[in-house]
Amino acid sequence: MTTSSEIKKKVIVFAEKRDDLIHPISFELLGKGREIADKLNAELSCVLLGYRVSREQAMELIYYGADQVFLYDNIVFKELNIIPYKHNIVQLVKREKPDIFLFGATHFGRSLAPRVAAALETGLTADCIDLQVDENGDLIQIRPAFTGNILAHIKTKTKPVMSTVRYKVMQMREKDQARKGQIINEATEVPNERGPRIIRKERQAEFNITEAKIIVSGGRGLGTSEGFKLLKELADLLGGVVGASRTPVDEGWIGKEHQVGFSGNTVKPKLYIACGISGSPQHLAGMKESETIIAINTDPSAPIHRTADYSIISDLYQVIPEMIKQIKARKVNRT
Amino acid sequence: MGLKLIVLIKQVPDIAKVRFDVEKGRIDRSSAEAEINPFDLNALEAAVQVKEKVGGIVTAISMGPPQAVTSLKDAIARGADEAILLEDKVFAGADTWATSYTLSCAIRKVGDFDLIFCGEKTVDGDTGQVGAEVAEQLGIPHIYYVSKINDISQDKIKVMSEVDESSYLLESDFPLLVSVTKDVNKPRLPTLRDKLKAMKAEIKVWHANDLSDVINLANVGYFGSPTTVHKVVIPKEKERQGKTFKDVPGGVNFVLDALEAKKLI
Repeated sequence: MTTSSEIKKKVIVFAEKRDDLIHPISFELLGKGREIADKLNAELSCVLLGYRVSREQAMELIYYGADQVFLYDNIVFKELNIIPYKHNIVQLVKREKPDIFLFGATHFGRSLAPRVAAALETGLTADCIDLQVDENGDLIQIRPAFTGNILAHIKTKTKPVMSTVRYKVMQMREKDQARKGQIINEATEVPNERGPRIIRKERQAEFNITEAKIIVSGGRGLGTSEGFKLLKELADLLGGVVGASRTPVDEGWIGKEHQVGFSGNTVKPKLYIACGISGSPQHLAGMKESETIIAINTDPSAPIHRTADYSIISDLYQVIPEMIKQIKARKVNRT
Repeated sequence: MGLKLIVLIKQVPDIAKVRFDVEKGRIDRSSAEAEINPFDLNALEAAVQVKEKVGGIVTAISMGPPQAVTSLKDAIARGADEAILLEDKVFAGADTWATSYTLSCAIRKVGDFDLIFCGEKTVDGDTGQVGAEVAEQLGIPHIYYVSKINDISQDKIKVMSEVDESSYLLESDFPLLVSVTKDVNKPRLPTLRDKLKAMKAEIKVWHANDLSDVINLANVGYFGSPTTVHKVVIPKEKERQGKTFKDVPGGVNFVLDALEAKKLI
């Protein structure tokens, strides 16, 4: 055996703690991170920063694939303050010198990762939907661009290769409680720099459109907030939820948690019914991966029809009540 | 008194008119007019509203090709007081790190500032990284996903920031970089008078040598970028049935049959 003291490669994943919970994206990143680390014969570590973190929580990260966990427990991490997070991660990266460092592309991850990358003068690839290792052992980072119309394959020349990875695209591994790993308690450095001060924090509505199997969405063609009552009736009947394009949200007809599109939520339901939505590139970017798409729009030249499986060229105020009527009739016939 | 406000702007093609050639893997922008990135219009509007409230000067800065002057004139029509274009062959092909480096050098050259505004992301790059990278390079804090400006004074700003399932009301001193979402405001449309005035406005153009005292050219453009695009794939759109109906009861009946077959109803 040749005893070249080759240093083992390192992959580090950022585990995101939200209040008392570890964000599920952390486990997804560990799933992908494990796969990459195994291909590179590398060590997979996880960095967890939080306040009053239990040992069980750190162990979870090992059960989901980490070989070791760098654990920071300090009150500065109680809220999502970018500056202390950045400061400690940068110090860790300088010490550990990983080859690859992954963040989740949550709002917090997208806000934190660029600061870490810029501080380390390394490349960062945003919002990846896949990561592959090529024959040279380089990481290929695959990400959508041009409002989701293309997929760019990106390589990074500097170390660490850093990426943010989109939520719900990577597979987490089965939890394996037999897995062994090390938890390393790290001392937190509290920087003097002060970031913005938190005056108040509010929880958003629990409603999460990205979980829905069926979405009935309304656009400008609804004409009024009242239209959503009709869409809700259909959505309830189908066991789905109500979505919207940009216009109804801007007009205040419905809350922005319902918004589907490039600047809202990306959804991938089994069924998407677009009512009075013309289909701008920004809207299509958020829903074109839906399994089945029905478009209801009076304008036959509306771009939404080109992305639809079924198009009904008519007024939604005639089509939806007809749909409700026929679904009810079918339900009666079945029983 | 008054605040020194900087807005970062990118000129992008009108995405609705860009053609994506699946066969050749090519992006054809020839039929797409260039415009200000739609998200940046909200950043510009936010800066202009701050100026209207507490006074100040709004400077729009963009890095891009010579023709990006038209977007900066548009920014002036929409309320910016002055505009600077960073234009040089050596700046071309920059990734987010090299872009943020070049922008931060130009901001240093501009001198003192209180607030920098930028949009959430661009419609061509889709990254949303440049703002925070600029803030880090300048050593100032940043706030992302700002959906509302609650209060502004000569030395403080209060904003709402949407961080996944929580909203934060934050207060910050200056200097600060703020990245806004589409929810923060409704950008105004320039009047004809604004447009005519803007046509006469002079846009400063800074080339690499104009920045020589603040920039290291090893860090700019394609060669200064740590990331490179190795390949571009234009994914085939999902095959769709493409069935069209004009008759409402008949169309609905057909569609419901199909949904029943897929066990969706």
